[in-house]
Amino acid sequence: MANVTLTLPDRLRRSHILATSFLILLAAAVLLPLASLGSVALRGDAEIWPHLVNYVIPRATIETALLLAGVAVLTAIAGIGTAWIVTAYDFTGRSILAWLLPLPLAFPTYIVAYVYVDIFDAVGPVQSAFRALFGYRTAAEYWFPSVRSLPGAILVFSFVLYPYVYLAARAMFLTQSASLIEVARTLGATRFMLARHVALPLARPALAVGLSLALLETLNDIGASEYLGVQTLTLSIFTTWINRSSLPGAAQIACTMLIVVIALMALERHGRRHRRFVTSPRRHRTVPRMSLSGRSALLAFVACFVPVAFGFVLPFFYLTYEVLLRGLLTGFDPDLLRYTATTVTLAASATAIAIVLGLSAAIAVRMVRGRIATFSLMIAGLGYAIPGTVLALGLLSPLVGIDNILNALSRAFGGPHLGLVIAGSSAALVIAYVIRFFAIATGSAQAGLARISTEIDDVARTLGTRPPAVAWLIHVPLTRPALGGAALLVFVDCLKELPATLLLRPLNVETLSTYIYQFATRGSFEEGSLAALIIVAVGILPVIHLTRFSEIAPAPMPPSSR
Amino acid sequence: MLAMAAASAISICLPNLASAQGEVNVYTYREQKLIQPLLDAFTKDTGIKVNVVSASSGLEQRIKTEGANSPADVLLTVDIGRLEDAVQGGITQPIKSDVIDKVVPAQYRDPEGHWVGVSMRARVIYASKDRVKQDAITYEELADPKWKGKICIRSGQHIYNNALIAAMIVKHGEAKTEEWLKGLKANLAQKPSGGDREQARDVAAGKCDIGIGNTYYWALMTQNPKQKEWADATKVILPTFAGGGTHVNVSGVVLAKNAPNKANALKLIEWLTGDTAQHMYADQNYEYPVKAGIKTNDIIAGYGKLNPDPMPLAKIAEKKKAAANLVDKVGFDN
Repeated sequence: MANVTLTLPDRLRRSHILATSFLILLAAAVLLPLASLGSVALRGDAEIWPHLVNYVIPRATIETALLLAGVAVLTAIAGIGTAWIVTAYDFTGRSILAWLLPLPLAFPTYIVAYVYVDIFDAVGPVQSAFRALFGYRTAAEYWFPSVRSLPGAILVFSFVLYPYVYLAARAMFLTQSASLIEVARTLGATRFMLARHVALPLARPALAVGLSLALLETLNDIGASEYLGVQTLTLSIFTTWINRSSLPGAAQIACTMLIVVIALMALERHGRRHRRFVTSPRRHRTVPRMSLSGRSALLAFVACFVPVAFGFVLPFFYLTYEVLLRGLLTGFDPDLLRYTATTVTLAASATAIAIVLGLSAAIAVRMVRGRIATFSLMIAGLGYAIPGTVLALGLLSPLVGIDNILNALSRAFGGPHLGLVIAGSSAALVIAYVIRFFAIATGSAQAGLARISTEIDDVARTLGTRPPAVAWLIHVPLTRPALGGAALLVFVDCLKELPATLLLRPLNVETLSTYIYQFATRGSFEEGSLAALIIVAVGILPVIHLTRFSEIAPAPMPPSSR
Repeated sequence: MLAMAAASAISICLPNLASAQGEVNVYTYREQKLIQPLLDAFTKDTGIKVNVVSASSGLEQRIKTEGANSPADVLLTVDIGRLEDAVQGGITQPIKSDVIDKVVPAQYRDPEGHWVGVSMRARVIYASKDRVKQDAITYEELADPKWKGKICIRSGQHIYNNALIAAMIVKHGEAKTEEWLKGLKANLAQKPSGGDREQARDVAAGKCDIGIGNTYYWALMTQNPKQKEWADATKVILPTFAGGGTHVNVSGVVLAKNAPNKANALKLIEWLTGDTAQHMYADQNYEYPVKAGIKTNDIIAGYGKLNPDPMPLAKIAEKKKAAANLVDKVGFDN
């Protein structure tokens, strides 16, 4: 008896220590670039702060806050609304819309910004038609809403980024137990009450993930904000660094911004600390979809089509038109194939690593259930909150440091001069991608795991199943829809990642997004249209796959627990 | 497809050891598409292989961080500010070459040889053909209230505008420049946004009468089917400082301090100031060649005779930060 009670906790403790160390290691990997950033910030630039505080930061903070607020509201409405409609109702076109809805994600935001300015600006087709229709001669004679403005930026960002919320919400709605909805329906809940009081609260962890991804993406953007004339904090970091030649000043703004982001993330977590989102696995079925017809079917269709039309169809056809107009297909740049292969290889490697590490980390946290573990995971997810350029800068010195150690070791053992093995190779890019998008993987994995009762783990453990087996037999299958969504997001995000790629890529390495960018900086982004469409095409394949398996098997149960 | 992916995975994961002979590693702010034809021609002429990485920011920082093991041999930039940043950052070494000293006018290279300009561009006016009658203008005049609501420009923090404002500070001092910038701000038809080409587009659409941009953008627009009408609706005026010349900036090159292929790097820099490269700068990139006697492209020559302001470019770089601060102070981009 005494023996039994001694050995079990011992083994338990050992695996807990292992799990905790793993988490701390992950956190350290993300902290390294942050620490190097912090040390730059500490080098100080006292002279620049009064100027920044007087003239730059207040305005940038307000513009950033307004931009974020606008994007939050619009992406939440579009993302949650459409996810709920395609999950809860059946209507003509539903299945097509369900897989069209995530597609805007495949577009780099700044490309969509360029497209919108082209279409809606003074010489674009819309205003030209407007002038012809009302007999104006020049654009100075009338007022027309401008895309190059804060409201314009909010719309552009929202159309591209709502899929983050959509995917997260849809994954949650799909794995939601039907019983809760059925009970609510039996109790006479209206459609609205159902959505508001049952579906929405249940989807909250997923929404937190989706919304924070959309908002952090907005916060980190430089290309679109600059082009649309919105003075964001990230842009101020940039100008402080480039024009004021003050890397410390830039690092200081970046660190301040990071602290605000951490505070907001902590606040959100604190907000749902007493809630558990567990559904009974035994009666797990998808919500039966209610059939719609007539006007309500049309309404549902329109509601889902509007975001697709503005986020995907419009930019897609515009770019296709440019490809045809410019003969980019006949004058096909053969290098594009090579760039595509490079891009896909990099993105796929980073995605695989991020998902495996992300799920492992989420499971480790679940197993340990301690403060240090939770905190470590939060730190590990911070990469997403750092602008790509800043992350790349911060990452360079630790990587070079490792390279220097490797070179020293090689020299000590009479080996060859290695040069920059990591910092100077594509490994640097993969590492940067994983750090940057790790939060997507852990966020989705955690949201997915949160819906599996910990009692199942306990039962499995009591029956003698070791933690890795519990993970493989229970956690992986049950979180598959959430992880599939996360993999897609990470993959597509890697495909379009630009600032870190620009700064860290080795000699002679070109990805699709850096290829597009060189046209954009020269003011003729249309010449990169074909490459933009290739990103979309590559991004669509996983989307279709994802939609298929999540529809057929929302959350397959492992045979052992039936 | 899988094999291709695997092959490229292997090839891109191998670090680029830049120690083999016959190579030179180029870090460039110049977009790769623009610089590649030049580099290809260099390879054809000399047999030296060129490896490239291009970015829009942070390359000095990257070279600095990479330290002693940095593969960078040369850094190409598109403005004087970046050249000076590289020098200040301690990542350069003097370029010692009699060829270059002979070809490149002293005004367009560092006295100690830390940077060399290879091509020039001017910051000019794209004026509406219909609505602007005058054919000459000064930069100072842009603040004249007669242009109220008629000027379009991109962000004041963009490096091209930053250099122009810095040049104004060199000419007139900070206080006067602040007044000028306020006047210019008051004349803007809209909040600064877009790139240089968008300013021509807005002039074409009638949103404003004059836009401010670089010389080569206008020439590039004439070659672009969609943008040709923007160029057609505008004419380029080469402005001058009152009693001075036109504000020009250089695209230039520095030799990295730890350049592993220094000899080849020097060959490349000399080649860039040579006839072949200078002709390509003129006719493919529509820039002013830095070497005397090389013909400027006809489109660019059509703007009129360029009379560059004699101020040393290094002075402009010195006022970069002050210019950025003024832009914030007057709320130019707000």
